[in-house]
Amino acid sequence: MAKVTIDDITIVVPDGTTILHAARMIDEQHGTNIAPPTMCYYSKLKATGGYCRTCIVNVTQGSEKDPRPMPKPVASCRTTVMDGMVVKNNTSPELLEARAGVVEFLLLNHPLDCPVCDQAGECHLQDLSYENGKEGSRFEFPKREVEPDDLGDKIKLNMNRCILCYRCVKVCDQITDGRVHGVLYRGDHAEISTYIEKAIDNDFSGNVIDVCPVGALTDKTFRFKSRVWFTKPVDAHRNCAHEKCSGKVRLWFKGDDVLRVTARKDRWGEVEEFICNECRFDKKSKHDWEIEGPSIISHHSVINQNHYTLGKLQLGIKNQIKHLNGTKIDLGEGALNPNNIEK
Amino acid sequence: MNEKLLLKYDHIPGINTLAVYRQHNGYTSLEKALKTLKPDEVVEEVKKSGLRGRGGAGFPTGMKWSFLAKPEGVPRYLVCNADESEPGTFKDRYLMERIPHLLVEGMIIASYALGANASYIYVRGEYYYIIKILQKAIKEAYAAGLLGKNILGSGFDLDLYVQPGGGAYICGEETALLESLEGKRGNPRIKPPFPAVAGLWGRPTVVNNVETIAAVVPIIQDGGDAYAKIGVGKSTGTKLISASGHINKPGVYEIELGVPVEEFIYSEQYCGGIRNGKKLKAVVAGGSSVPILPTELILKTAKGEPRLMTYESLSDGGFATGTMLGSGGFIVMDEDTSIVKNLFTFARFYRHESCGQCSPCREGTAWMEKIIKKFIDGKANMADIDLLWDVQSKIEGKTICPLGEAAAWPVAAAIRHFRHEFEAYVRNPQSINEVKHYYRLNNLVEA
Ligand SMILES: Cc1cc2nc3c(=O)[nH]c(=O)nc-3n(C[C@H](O)[C@H](O)[C@H](O)COP(=O)(O)O)c2cc1C
Ligand code: SF4
Ligand code: FES
Repeated sequence: MAKVTIDDITIVVPDGTTILHAARMIDEQHGTNIAPPTMCYYSKLKATGGYCRTCIVNVTQGSEKDPRPMPKPVASCRTTVMDGMVVKNNTSPELLEARAGVVEFLLLNHPLDCPVCDQAGECHLQDLSYENGKEGSRFEFPKREVEPDDLGDKIKLNMNRCILCYRCVKVCDQITDGRVHGVLYRGDHAEISTYIEKAIDNDFSGNVIDVCPVGALTDKTFRFKSRVWFTKPVDAHRNCAHEKCSGKVRLWFKGDDVLRVTARKDRWGEVEEFICNECRFDKKSKHDWEIEGPSIISHHSVINQNHYTLGKLQLGIKNQIKHLNGTKIDLGEGALNPNNIEK
Repeated sequence: MNEKLLLKYDHIPGINTLAVYRQHNGYTSLEKALKTLKPDEVVEEVKKSGLRGRGGAGFPTGMKWSFLAKPEGVPRYLVCNADESEPGTFKDRYLMERIPHLLVEGMIIASYALGANASYIYVRGEYYYIIKILQKAIKEAYAAGLLGKNILGSGFDLDLYVQPGGGAYICGEETALLESLEGKRGNPRIKPPFPAVAGLWGRPTVVNNVETIAAVVPIIQDGGDAYAKIGVGKSTGTKLISASGHINKPGVYEIELGVPVEEFIYSEQYCGGIRNGKKLKAVVAGGSSVPILPTELILKTAKGEPRLMTYESLSDGGFATGTMLGSGGFIVMDEDTSIVKNLFTFARFYRHESCGQCSPCREGTAWMEKIIKKFIDGKANMADIDLLWDVQSKIEGKTICPLGEAAAWPVAAAIRHFRHEFEAYVRNPQSINEVKHYYRLNNLVEA
């Protein structure tokens, strides 16, 4: 076990824990908000992280044994704790300045086309720049432009929005059979692509949409149908025949229509369990699913901003669920109607 | 003075063949190592020699070797880094082209010391003709029983392979090199784990520069102590310097570490002074990524002592007033050189070579190039100097591999020591047209 202090809060964690996970554990235990932001790390995939540099922290004391500070900021997602380590994240102004620099770099060539981007409202880059970035950009040159592309008939690739986090590459490498997707070219010309524009075509490819932190990979079956904050997320499941698929999903309703199906995400914005393409793309009727109840969405999310926060309806349903414990319940006709705002 | 250890016989006709190489003490070090020394004793000699890595970072080689993990039953590898792509550095090419057997002999001795039975030379893809030279030398060595099974009856087996590189500067970074050698895209790995624990194919691996490995041959020949007597302090032995730029005699020189910089630039034995009787303006002492220094700081340290060609003396004063020996790419610029235009050349190079994995380097190198271009186009304003400074500071120390720093340092040093030149281009944009020359890289295609 190792004792580590992050932003003045101490926790004891198993050896081999990363600084990021120690910080997340502190947040989970204390309700604090000290975990560094992450754009490329993904705990559900192997060998992720280290690329985006948003999760950097300052290590002001290396360990009990060797108290020297680390000379440079380290990527908390890829650095394991040592006993007696002291870390500064939000408590270090220089670190926050350095992170603001990283945010500026990530947005440098970003088109800032949120008004026409399906990801808006659930975009980690939006969150990151609100919370850690500065106002305005000092970049005065034309931005890099790449024509949007189709990766098969279900997935849209808009390379202009990509931050090269490599998450989708790891999904294709680790979750799907046969990798046909990777990074082409170098430096600021690097592009995510498929081999000679082949479609990504296999049972689990849709997961690239969920792991993408920005609007680079979006679901073509949902494109432009609705802003996410006008839809209501509801957890549901079905008995999926695919052996690797949990069948546990989130349905995004508008009225009685299921506009899209995604995997469920945890409080860190990561998929809880990956789902197959059949569940994601082909089961768009509420009768395909056993509804569990409204998804719990973080209060600061815009998805929560309209009708969905602390509404009596929601509380009522939550109580109902407690009693029913996951068995199918009838939410009633109007329950999923976005116009049914609780006054 | 000036003993030569590596390039002693480089002028002998036919030294690239096994027969002539053997006539000049060739493979006697190998024989000595295999017949009289245990592997650990070879490592010990290298430790005693004080040899430091010649690839740029100057890490003590003996220490690197002793860090190699040695789990039972797991193969280990030695990989020679011959990717030499740093602008201004061309010493490895010279060595491999002239005396390929020196590298082959060094590889066998080092592999023996490390217990590696398969070793690789990863050669920069553009050095295609050198690959052929090495392959010929290796073939000769196999035929003479110097490679393969039971080398010289010692019971030690070694297979040596030459791998053409992927044609990218980044493949010189040791973990990118290993990825490339494994047949993947040459992206640097995120460390830890370090190659000494999990390198090639996930096995313990040592990566060393060509010159480092070649230096093992004289170290075993004369003993580590004898090697350590050459040089000054912790900068022991000899070093190959690739001298280029506005000097009378550009070329590769083997110097004893400790030669004063002034002597190196002006003496007939080395660079022979600045060409056309011009005055010296600045020097990039260790390959394009190390900080540029103006005349007064390259010839003398801030304390006023003569600057020597050693790791310590060149870095005296830190980056505020010093630089680094780096890989020994010594680029000399005369009074007519434009520091800003030259910087643009370097900035373009780093932008072109960034692998694009981490955001500060990927986006920052391109941004810096664009800002520097403004000065050259006569469109910059004073605020751009501070912006450029800020951008480089936001890259430095925040990247996966040192390429980000290699891109940031030259920018920082140019502003630190030649800010007035940036300002002059802002005040008088026409003056850029009067520039006579700057250090230019060939074959760099516009991205
Ligand atoms: C971007 C980059 C390029 C590099 N290129 C080379 C190279 O061409 N040759 C080389 O020997 N080392 C190069 N290095 C240094 C290697 O990573 C490594 O430190 C070196 O090969 C170790 O050998 P040494 O200990 O013998 O110096 C490079 C490093 C970086 C970051
Ligand atoms: S610093 Fe540059 S070259 Fe090195 S890993 Fe990052 S993007 Fe690639
Ligand atoms: S989340 Fe750690 S570097 Fe991207």
